[in-house]
Amino acid sequence: MRIVADHKLDCLGLFCPMPVLKTRDAMKQMAIGQVLEMTSDDPASEADMTSWVARTGHELLEIERDGAAYRFLLRKTR
Amino acid sequence: MARPTVSSSERLARTGAGVTRVYLDYAAFSPVDPRVVALMRPFLEGGVGNPSALHSLGLEARASLEGARAKVARLVGATAAGVVFTASATEANNLAIRGLAERASGRHVVASAVEHISVLNACRHLAKRGWEIAYVPVDAEGRVDPDAVARALRDDTALVSVMAANGEIGTVQPLREIGRATRARGVPLHVDAVGAAGRIPLAVDDLGIDLLTLSSNDLYGPPGAGALWVRADVKLGPVVVGGGQEGGYRAGTENLPAIVGIGVAADLARVEGAAEVARLATQRDRLFEGVLARVPRARITGARGAARLPHHASLVVGGVKADGVLLELDLRGVAASSGSACNMASGEPSHVLRAIGCARDELEGSLCFTLGRWTTAAEVDAVVEALPAVIERLRRLAP
Repeated sequence: MRIVADHKLDCLGLFCPMPVLKTRDAMKQMAIGQVLEMTSDDPASEADMTSWVARTGHELLEIERDGAAYRFLLRKTR
Repeated sequence: MARPTVSSSERLARTGAGVTRVYLDYAAFSPVDPRVVALMRPFLEGGVGNPSALHSLGLEARASLEGARAKVARLVGATAAGVVFTASATEANNLAIRGLAERASGRHVVASAVEHISVLNACRHLAKRGWEIAYVPVDAEGRVDPDAVARALRDDTALVSVMAANGEIGTVQPLREIGRATRARGVPLHVDAVGAAGRIPLAVDDLGIDLLTLSSNDLYGPPGAGALWVRADVKLGPVVVGGGQEGGYRAGTENLPAIVGIGVAADLARVEGAAEVARLATQRDRLFEGVLARVPRARITGARGAARLPHHASLVVGGVKADGVLLELDLRGVAASSGSACNMASGEPSHVLRAIGCARDELEGSLCFTLGRWTTAAEVDAVVEALPAVIERLRRLAP
């Protein structure tokens, strides 16, 4: 079943550290259990997001790649 | 010229509610030398025209602009005509990498893994547009292996970008050997010399450098100014288009006060650099020795001795978080840093510390003390005095 995101965040065109910073701020506004869909085309964002969830404990549900763009689905856990 | 007697050092020594300030964060911001301020002042207060204007005030302004260009060039043994003034070293790095890519026939760039974020993001900008980027790893001290650079070169390599010295760990790169490798293949070499210019010898012809980035504030000039030197046969596309100023590479009316400032700052660095470097290296070693003797589980990051920037002391301390240490030091009147403003903002571990293979618990305990023109032995002693107690306290509190 396809996961439906509660919030969307467009980080296309931005570079590290902006996708991480904007994701952090967006997650702050969300309730625990909600899902954020973040899109980015920074080549560093896959490594950045993987390390960010490892550090913060949020859940990375899905990474999808479409050409140069990444789509991340993240669940707020705390 | 006489040593400055007023303002900057005093301003640093006493701020806030009578707290004596120990300022060891020169890499993040340096006070502007009062002699630079004095020579900038007439360019802010009037009586000077736009360098493009045809009247006599414009001609005077143009002469001052070209004078600053010559001074900046002289610091790195370069031709004045190749100097392009920018609003920051970040902009200069963007002009070097993105500007060169616009005119180059290749599709491949080689950069070290420990470059400044402005170089890394300029490379990622190219990667999004189909370029391939090879990141050359570094050893445990943060040193790039020139042979690894040589091996990374391809027929379609358009540029190699390696910094002169790292801002987080102070390691000076073997530019001469890297320059030999790039010259042998006819590939332009870009060097981000922020942190290094004025502190280590950087003669562009001698080292085989084709593009070189400078920061004004890093030389005790005003913030908001930088420069890129470009060898005459290297062609770039512009980053800002408009009225054709700065050789068409960087349009917009020149920021003459700041440009005059970077010129004076470059002259002072050239004339006084050697004496200042010797003094700073002594103070840096005193700081290292004092801290390492009194703080258990602390170790130096980056290179030692002459392979390290003279004003730069960085270390990792096990079992503590740098943020906590910095806040505690601030309460005791000491301003220092964990190495990189970018990483502080995102909270992500530094790419430089990861590249030199720091252990997980070390990544969070990185401290960086950068000394400068007005640093005193008393300031160094204050850190050596304060740091052990701060770290012991934080380790006791840690779960």
